[in-house]
Amino acid sequence: MTRKLPPVDVVLVGFGWTGAILAQELTQDGLQVLAIERGAWRDTPSHFPTTVAQDELRWYWRKEMFQSTARETLTFRNSRGETALPMRRWGSFLPGEGVGGGGVHWNGQTWRFLPSDFVAASHNAGRYGPLGPEMTVQDYGVTYDELEPHYDRFEKLCGIGGRAGNLNGEIRAGGNPFEGPRSAEYPNPPMHMTFAQHRFEAATGELGLKPFPGPSANMSQPYVNPLGCQLAPCTYCGFCEKYGCGNYSKASAQTTILPVLMRKPNFSVKTHNEVLQVKLDSTGRRATGVIHVDQNGEEYEQPADLVILCAYQLSNTRLMMLSGIGEIYDPATGDGLVGKNYCYQVMSGADVFFDDKYTNEFVGAGALGMCVDDYNGDNFDHSGLGFIGGGYIACWTTHSRPIERQRTPEGTPTWGSAWKKAVAENFLKSTNVGAHGASMAHAGNHLDLDPTYTDVYGRPLMRMTFDFTANDRAMSVFLTERVREIAERMGGREIRLNPREGPYDSMPYQTTHNTGGTIMGTNPSNSVVNRYLQSWDVPNLFVMGAGVFPQNAGYNPTGTVAALAYWSADAIRARYLRNPGPLVQA
Amino acid sequence: MACCSAAVLAGALVGEPLPARAQETLYPQVERGRYVLVTGNCQGCHTEPGDEPFAGGRGLETPFGTIYTPNITFEPETGLGRWSRDDFWRAMHEGMAPDGSRLYPAFPYPHFARMPRDEVDALYDYLSTLPPVKKKKPDNELPWPLSWRVSLAGWQWMFFRPEPFQPDPRKSDQWNRGAYLVEGPGHCAGCHTEKNLAGADKEDRHLMGGQLENWAAPDIRGGANGGLAHWSEDDIVEFLKTGRNARTAAFSIMSEVIELSTQHMVDEDLRAIAVYLKDMEGEERAAPPAPDRAVMEAGAAIYFDNCSACHVSDGSGVPRFFAPLAGSGKVNNEDATTVIRVILEGARAVPTKAHPTPLTMPAFHWKLTDAQIAAVATYVRSSWGNHGGPVSASDVADLRKRLAEGLGPQG
Repeated sequence: MTRKLPPVDVVLVGFGWTGAILAQELTQDGLQVLAIERGAWRDTPSHFPTTVAQDELRWYWRKEMFQSTARETLTFRNSRGETALPMRRWGSFLPGEGVGGGGVHWNGQTWRFLPSDFVAASHNAGRYGPLGPEMTVQDYGVTYDELEPHYDRFEKLCGIGGRAGNLNGEIRAGGNPFEGPRSAEYPNPPMHMTFAQHRFEAATGELGLKPFPGPSANMSQPYVNPLGCQLAPCTYCGFCEKYGCGNYSKASAQTTILPVLMRKPNFSVKTHNEVLQVKLDSTGRRATGVIHVDQNGEEYEQPADLVILCAYQLSNTRLMMLSGIGEIYDPATGDGLVGKNYCYQVMSGADVFFDDKYTNEFVGAGALGMCVDDYNGDNFDHSGLGFIGGGYIACWTTHSRPIERQRTPEGTPTWGSAWKKAVAENFLKSTNVGAHGASMAHAGNHLDLDPTYTDVYGRPLMRMTFDFTANDRAMSVFLTERVREIAERMGGREIRLNPREGPYDSMPYQTTHNTGGTIMGTNPSNSVVNRYLQSWDVPNLFVMGAGVFPQNAGYNPTGTVAALAYWSADAIRARYLRNPGPLVQA
Repeated sequence: MACCSAAVLAGALVGEPLPARAQETLYPQVERGRYVLVTGNCQGCHTEPGDEPFAGGRGLETPFGTIYTPNITFEPETGLGRWSRDDFWRAMHEGMAPDGSRLYPAFPYPHFARMPRDEVDALYDYLSTLPPVKKKKPDNELPWPLSWRVSLAGWQWMFFRPEPFQPDPRKSDQWNRGAYLVEGPGHCAGCHTEKNLAGADKEDRHLMGGQLENWAAPDIRGGANGGLAHWSEDDIVEFLKTGRNARTAAFSIMSEVIELSTQHMVDEDLRAIAVYLKDMEGEERAAPPAPDRAVMEAGAAIYFDNCSACHVSDGSGVPRFFAPLAGSGKVNNEDATTVIRVILEGARAVPTKAHPTPLTMPAFHWKLTDAQIAAVATYVRSSWGNHGGPVSASDVADLRKRLAEGLGPQG
């Protein structure tokens, strides 16, 4: 028996970064906004105070910070010929759950994509000729210049520390000279660098590259954001990714928005309630609200004029499929769009070992690093290389959490006393250089519903079909060679290369940068949502998150996810509310 | 205006004759009353946390027992709906209920008695516009003979003079406004002055600090040797307006005062309070006994592991974010109750209009033993120029026990 609740103006499905941004924006117009979150309420002092925040066993190894795979997970296979099996324990990526979402446990590396990333298809085809038939890369439908003010807004909300390399078109020393023009300097200075970053800076400088400090959502100094929320200086404890920050030092919905939002009378959040379906009217062209279920299994219908999906990319895509909105992509025929262009990130790197120098990487932070962007996007000539795209290369000192971090030189046994000895000898004297590679869309990589396995409510699990593509592999080989050149120049005793080889393996942690599935684009035949993140099929439904990326760039996605959320919120406020209907005529 | 008329209309519809008050509820009068209410922080005591504002029912812990605050909405059965303006004046000025019974001085009428009649009338008119809430006051939990209100006659005879505020002609208008606010509606002495055995203020200890509900309220005298001697007028104004300043952050009971009262006051009044407090000299304190060296070493180690990330290794903190401990009035208070309690329970900085983030220190009661808490408290009270003096493990054990017995704040 489904109980019908009093209507609200806006219902947000999921309450992480994009949910908090949309709620903060839309409540400004006096709308009654309700967020429905399937996880728990979480705030800094109650859930990850400094007294428990750095519990490696609890948060990461026992996965207390993430979605419960016992309730819902996804199945995985590398290719269509295989049978997908459920991921019973998170590995390669770590979807968040609860208020604040994955934004509670991110590192804080906060990038803007390059102007050319938004026009990846037309730009690369124009410069290098047609892309291969299997490469389903396409343009975003929105440009860097259009998103610039929204990037700026998010950076000010978060107090991002960094150094501008392109201020209104003027190239500035010490910043990233390849970035798109920014309208303002970063709101905070860069973080304090450590030994490893100084070595990286020297090595890349010698190679003629352009090193710059990584843009960081870990506070380099005390910061008060435009909403009046306070973020405290980072203590460099090295518990960012996979952990909540107990020191108020990492930008998250909790630290940047919730203190203001939660006091608004026209906002409320319902936790421990999972949305099962977006409900459509008989025409299938209008959402009437959502169906959700509480912890006791009671079902409710929540009517709303506007439905906005703000959950993680995988969950948004699956909810579209389970609600019957749009057609699920079929790689055999190329028909359908929901689930198409699932992309990831292609990571590789090298460990650097020193004999007589202490890197002391226990002094770390999620976004403490020096980077070069010379080999990202189309910042270099790809002629004759056989791939498009690239990635930034960085020396991040994110942590030295003892259960997770045991770097050992090439040839060390993987267990036993020799292994222990090598771990002890190298624990304080090693660092890493990593490449953060793009992931280009491919016709064979996609998401759909699993025919066999179901979640706790009996609904089909999401099925992921993914492997690294020829483009990914060629790009990664190229980037890993550049990593080797830099690492070898950093003055260590030896390096150990960690190339990206073999098929994609869903077990070892790589990165929680899953993209695509509800892609944006220029018309209903190539995309699920229009340039304002509005569903082509159901105009009172908007979809946030990295699911709208047609392919993934060589950067961490949060900055772009947030800029797109602000961009969409602006369109809703300025245009949709006055005249509800399609914002782009098909 | 519209809302005021609606409230009057609602009042008029109630069966029994109620005092007429249509003329008095014009906007300027109601607005004046609202501001009087802000200066007196009526909402704090007369609201049970989480329940309807002004409907009372909050239990005030006193050394004698628990006294519950009454409903001050104008609901006729359980609130002030049948009270005349004269009835209200008598309660505020004489500490007497309409039936002639005497009121417990947990209701701070010795301070409110200093307020002039027109201020009290404005307050009455404002309260009359609030939505009436039906809520009966719980019975007080007091032992005999204190439960017998006639016993209050003697108390009033001994400790209470219903005298209006007398400005000091030698001082500026600003000083006198500050004095009125502090000694009158603001009733600062309610917490910040030590009480005698009968629960009345010790006059010779005026605003030199007190203890209530297992908190030590600091000395707030701002002149030489006073608890706020090192604060500037600007520091005081900023603290009352935003809940933070470069030296400290408000939490516990003071956070409620700032949230409901002082952040809503006009800057001139906050400045007047600062001028008045800065003109009050304190009392010189004897140097505390020197702390034990081994205890200091242990305290330093605990401090670096557990406290220094926020409060910084030299106790300088992060001003307006994490309270500095060096030079802190709370840390240097002769009475270490607040320091011990903050380590045990943690503390939440009040969210205000200026600083909406409730920055919070976590609790350590589960993580540190009595001896460890005593050592770290001794260390912070005796380092970086602080002179608070040592804390013993038994002090910590005593407070832990009192808090466990539920003598702490609600919830």
